[in-house]
Amino acid sequence: MNWRRSMIGLAIALPVIALLAFGLTRDPAQIPSPLPGRAAPAFELAYMDSAADSVSLADLRGKVVVLNFWASWCLQCRVEHQDLSAAGTLYGPQGVRFFGVLFKDEPENGRRWIRMMGGQSYPSLTDYRLRTAIDYGVYGAPETFIIDQSGTVVHKEIGPITFAKLREVIDPLLEREATQ
Amino acid sequence: MIRITGITAVSIALLVAIWGVIAAVLAATRRMPRLAESARSAVFATFALMTIANLSMIYGLITHDFSIGYVAQVGSRSTPLLFTVISLWSALEGSILFWGWILSAYSAVAIWVHGRRLGSLGLYANAVLLGIGAFFYLLLIGPANPFGLVSPTPIDGPGPNPLLQNHYLMAVHPPLLYLGYVGMSVPFAFAMGALLSGRLDDTWLRVTRRWTMVSWVFLSMAIIAGMWWSYDVLGWGGYWAWDPVENASFMPWLTATAFLHSSMVQERRNMLRFWNQSLITATFLLTILGTFLTRSGVLSSVHAFTEGTIGLFFLGFIALVLVFSLVLLTGRSTDLRRAGSLDDPLSRETVFLGNNLLFTAFTFTVLLGTLFPLVAEALRGVKVSVGAPFFNRMTVPLCVSLLFLVGVGPALPWRGGHRDQLKRSIMPPLAALLLIVALCFVIRVPSGWAIAAFGFAGFATVTNLQEYSRGVLARRRAHGESLPQALYRLMMANNRRYGGYLAHLGAVMVAVGITASSTYRTERQVTLNQGQSVEVGGYRVRFDELTGVQESNRYVIGAHLTAFDGTRDLGQLDPRLNFYNGRSDPVTTPSVRSRPANDLYLNLLAYEQDGSSATVSVIVEPLVFWIWVGGLVVALGGVIAALPPRRRLAPRRSRQPAAVEA
Amino acid sequence: MTAAALMLLLAPVSGPATGQSAQQPTQSGAGAAQEQTIEVVPETEIDRQVRDIASGLRCPICQGQSLQDSPSELAQQMRDVIRSRLEEGQTPDQVRDYFMGSYGEWILMEPRAKGFNLTVYVLPVLAVIVGALGLMMAARRWLVGAGAPLAGPTNVDESDPDLAAWEDLVPR
Repeated sequence: MNWRRSMIGLAIALPVIALLAFGLTRDPAQIPSPLPGRAAPAFELAYMDSAADSVSLADLRGKVVVLNFWASWCLQCRVEHQDLSAAGTLYGPQGVRFFGVLFKDEPENGRRWIRMMGGQSYPSLTDYRLRTAIDYGVYGAPETFIIDQSGTVVHKEIGPITFAKLREVIDPLLEREATQ
Repeated sequence: MIRITGITAVSIALLVAIWGVIAAVLAATRRMPRLAESARSAVFATFALMTIANLSMIYGLITHDFSIGYVAQVGSRSTPLLFTVISLWSALEGSILFWGWILSAYSAVAIWVHGRRLGSLGLYANAVLLGIGAFFYLLLIGPANPFGLVSPTPIDGPGPNPLLQNHYLMAVHPPLLYLGYVGMSVPFAFAMGALLSGRLDDTWLRVTRRWTMVSWVFLSMAIIAGMWWSYDVLGWGGYWAWDPVENASFMPWLTATAFLHSSMVQERRNMLRFWNQSLITATFLLTILGTFLTRSGVLSSVHAFTEGTIGLFFLGFIALVLVFSLVLLTGRSTDLRRAGSLDDPLSRETVFLGNNLLFTAFTFTVLLGTLFPLVAEALRGVKVSVGAPFFNRMTVPLCVSLLFLVGVGPALPWRGGHRDQLKRSIMPPLAALLLIVALCFVIRVPSGWAIAAFGFAGFATVTNLQEYSRGVLARRRAHGESLPQALYRLMMANNRRYGGYLAHLGAVMVAVGITASSTYRTERQVTLNQGQSVEVGGYRVRFDELTGVQESNRYVIGAHLTAFDGTRDLGQLDPRLNFYNGRSDPVTTPSVRSRPANDLYLNLLAYEQDGSSATVSVIVEPLVFWIWVGGLVVALGGVIAALPPRRRLAPRRSRQPAAVEA
Repeated sequence: MTAAALMLLLAPVSGPATGQSAQQPTQSGAGAAQEQTIEVVPETEIDRQVRDIASGLRCPICQGQSLQDSPSELAQQMRDVIRSRLEEGQTPDQVRDYFMGSYGEWILMEPRAKGFNLTVYVLPVLAVIVGALGLMMAARRWLVGAGAPLAGPTNVDESDPDLAAWEDLVPR
């Protein structure tokens, strides 16, 4: 048994193990988005509860906007519902505009889900042909985008968002607004 | 009760396996025959225990005992019986349990047949097999425990993944895959046994060659079954997507095929010993790596069942096996290496060397492509995708080259041949090649690679058939046998060789099927109103009506379409959309009209709720039928090649004792 | 979910927005009054381009399927986006850039052959070349000492001496 030679074997094995170990620390579902730091894609979407009315991103210029893509079939959306609603209640009066955007779902299902969850503190929008979802690079629910007053995406959250995270991103934006 | 039985059986199996490893190693190093017996009994005991555990689980599934964790996870009162039984392997924990069963069974057979006659080599192999088993038993009482308690007991369960309930091939693909995959543990164990015991002659090769052959047959069948299932179920009209788990099953197949060829070179010329050891080690490592990649959540894949701590366990196991085998291999390499010799560059040996080069490069390409997203993320921090376009681009040249070798190998004799002999025997195949290539130009085959593939396929068919005809003619002249008799006797007398040629013919069929169906595929996606038709690839397809049926566990929307060839009514096709409770997207069931010439493939994409229109995709693909037929021929060839050698009429001049298989 | 709700779920999808070739319902021959046959217009350049681009883009919610192969609603809508952008006059590269702008490099089915990504294209080729060279050098070593051309029958399987004798009779 040539122990010196066997070190070659070790030298081959270790990088492979390191790579696989690295792989374990990564989540294949987390795709980094190119959006943060860039202008938020424009949209004009109808309200879920009154299809005749709509809102566009241009209307919201000057305000902090939180866009949350959700669906009634999405289990993780239930996890974040409470935090989002609380944030909506807290920040709404401070001028932050929260919107839910239905992703691959029907308004009827959405309304039923909201009733079941005990209401929502902000309106939801419909995106029938998924154009806005595609513009924002949405590939699952829930996904949340936080857009600052100048229309730049500052954060994308993949998976359920927490109240703490919302506060962490929104507070500095509001402070900046206040100091201007 | 079942729960307790199952978990106890597995726990005892773990203890017995650990004891067996210790006993085997001690017996080998200290020559203690009683411990050797004990180590061997340990193998049989683990088999008995895993049988109990698996039967308990099957019983629990059938009786819908939802107090058992795994049953609560995949069982459902509304699932038909067959799918209930096969849900044993439909999710992670059950599939590990099943794996453990097959591993213990293979180990028992291996030790029963070889355990006593091989001295310390056999004992070390015994230890390795039990060691691998111990890992899986550990998983079963740890992160992959299927026997957990669910309290309070649910009344019903969600049933297995709907994708796995749509097709009967799901009953067949996983067992075949495991029989192939797990089978590779045995040659690996004996290879390690050889390195550990210092018995570096080709004893281990003779023992393991048949095991590898058998496992290879199962793995080949599993891959074909998987492709067939994918084609029939997933709805996109394709059979291979280079998904990580498909690659995971393919890579060991590639190295195993290389091994089957290069081991013949070792047998005849006593060279390539280190290389063959490496190939077998690589095959086993790839099976474990494949399992790791698909179970640990490292890569997302169609098969990714779950994530969690199991990844860490697998990582630890891989690290252990990788270090252990690589250190041992490289450390022993100087002892293993023997000077090689070749008689003639135009010989079968050279072709086999080329074969190994291509298969190794192939494996490397697939491995690199599969792992590259990980590497790119580690080094660049960016996520990239490496999908089918990459793999197709990079592997087509390799496949065509291999097809060339399939033709050349049988035409060249071992140790080289007389040049005039070769010239004469190469004429018919060469004629076939030129004829086919000319034909391809005439009918304007659009792709150069396709032309090459068809040409080499023709070449290979003739050379392999030529081997048969030559042998049969010789027998008829010598013994006056009838044609079928001569053929049968020829194959049985030289089953390894003629089984191999048959497998070659099957591979050629598969290659032709794949080439034709990818080069000439026509597809359209179109919305049809009731009564409207569309023409695709020579067929006319008319949408008739839509139906909706509530079944026990799903709601099924079916579209009835009629196919026509000119004015001839070819019958009705009904692709379906299956809506399962609790899932947002429906599962498609395409409708396929499969004929030797081509397949007409319909998939339902969308529909109008009043049934007035349906959106379907219509695909016409030639020669897909031959992929499945070819796969069966490959398997048949492998089975024939794996048969034990018959006692011959004339005394055998072989150098091995009669009892050990060739 | 009730059946009705399920039907509603699919309703918006089944509109004319799903990817398809040009449809001009025409009456077929005089005799077939009931049926309307759609003559399949030879694939337009746009159709071909859509298929081409869609095959090279990944369906974001599927496991590794391309936009062309995926039956999911999102994939169908994305194919529509490809089509409408091409019809507006964008080039295939511009369409791909748009999707990369939303989803990142990951949306491409194979990595762009630039920078570090080149390794995944180059290494396999290198492997074959290096392997072949190594093999040729080894083969040359092994061939040293190759004797005179063999006499007697070749292609003999040692396990069947019968066959060997008779094979000799058969002209090769």
